[in-house]
Amino acid sequence: MPDPIHQFDLERLFQLNLFGYDASFTNSSLYMVVVVVAIVGFLLYAIQTRSLVPTRLQSLAEMAYEFVAGMIRDSMGEEGMKFFPLIFTLFMFIFAANMIGLIPGAFTVTSHVIVTAALALLVFLTVIIAGFAKNGLGFLKLFVPDGVPIYVLPLVSAIEVISFFSRPISHSLRLFANMLAGHITLKVFAGFIVMLLGSAGAAKFLMPLPLIAVVGITALEFLVAFLQAYVFTMLTCMYLNDALHPGH
Amino acid sequence: MAQKVNAGTEVPHGAGHKKVFPPLDQQFYASQLIWLAITFVALYMLLSRLVLPRISEVIDERSARIRRDLDEAERLKSETDKALKSYEQALADARAQAGATVKETRAQLTAENERAKSSAETQLAAKVAEAEARIVATKSKAMASVSDIATETAGAVVNKLLGTMPSVDEIKKALAS
Repeated sequence: MPDPIHQFDLERLFQLNLFGYDASFTNSSLYMVVVVVAIVGFLLYAIQTRSLVPTRLQSLAEMAYEFVAGMIRDSMGEEGMKFFPLIFTLFMFIFAANMIGLIPGAFTVTSHVIVTAALALLVFLTVIIAGFAKNGLGFLKLFVPDGVPIYVLPLVSAIEVISFFSRPISHSLRLFANMLAGHITLKVFAGFIVMLLGSAGAAKFLMPLPLIAVVGITALEFLVAFLQAYVFTMLTCMYLNDALHPGH
Repeated sequence: MAQKVNAGTEVPHGAGHKKVFPPLDQQFYASQLIWLAITFVALYMLLSRLVLPRISEVIDERSARIRRDLDEAERLKSETDKALKSYEQALADARAQAGATVKETRAQLTAENERAKSSAETQLAAKVAEAEARIVATKSKAMASVSDIATETAGAVVNKLLGTMPSVDEIKKALAS
């Protein structure tokens, strides 16, 4: 049975050392570049018609735009549109990385915790910087909910602070764990097919069962790939809304 | 069968027993962070400078066009309403005018009729009166002729009977008595 973890291995394609850090170009780096090229290439190609009545591809590009813009308007209002490029970039990067990762043999950039943690920290820092830039110290009202009796306020504030600082953890681990688990499940079930085919006797005829399961799980993983990109983006919108309107 | 499977899974683990779980392998953290930063910033720049303005331009242009078309449609509709109203006004005016004309014409015709009828009646009455007068004249003339004939006849009868011709005055006196 093939090793289901092997798909997450990193290998240095080019050795590179920057300021004492190992900045080697790995297969992960390659797929990051592939993701960027795929997104920009697709969107530019899709929008080149610039037609009033959109072609199929063009309406796909517009749909992505309107989807993210709608998410921002729903959670933050028109004010949130200043974060649109950042949120759109996040959504497209995660979505494309998840989708490209589903191509057999491809590497899934978002299946490594350091990548999702970096993206979650980017959101976390953006929330803090934007929150203080817009509200000054008023941003700290985030930890002091309105209408809470004074004698439970220390407790509530402590909980608010803990939940605020645990956000990047859950934010990053959710995406990482979903990608990791999905890909391992796919490999394990695919391994069952090979294993049953190689086995002697009647067990061979059980082979279609994991095959059907793999087909089903693949479809599910496509849903998860989109859903996790959506969830990550949605949470980003909600966190940024706190930065704009800290007074709950 | 179970042995085979175990052997299959054991080999990679056994071979690299110092290997850590790759998604948590710290030796690649720096490389992944650096390349993520490079690619993410590149994507951000490309999207915000190049791609998103084009998409929003198309979308804005379409919504502006739709708004313009809706405004135009609204304007045309109000124009149509106005035209319809003025048409209805004209129709009502024409109808009222036609009614007035009909009434006037009818009154005129009735008056003319009346006049013609009354003039014909007076004319007829005059003719009747004239005819009656003529009848009366003819009658009196005939009556006069009757007395002449009676005188003449009486004279002839007396002449035949007596052989003498009395004078007209005598006959007339005798007849009148």
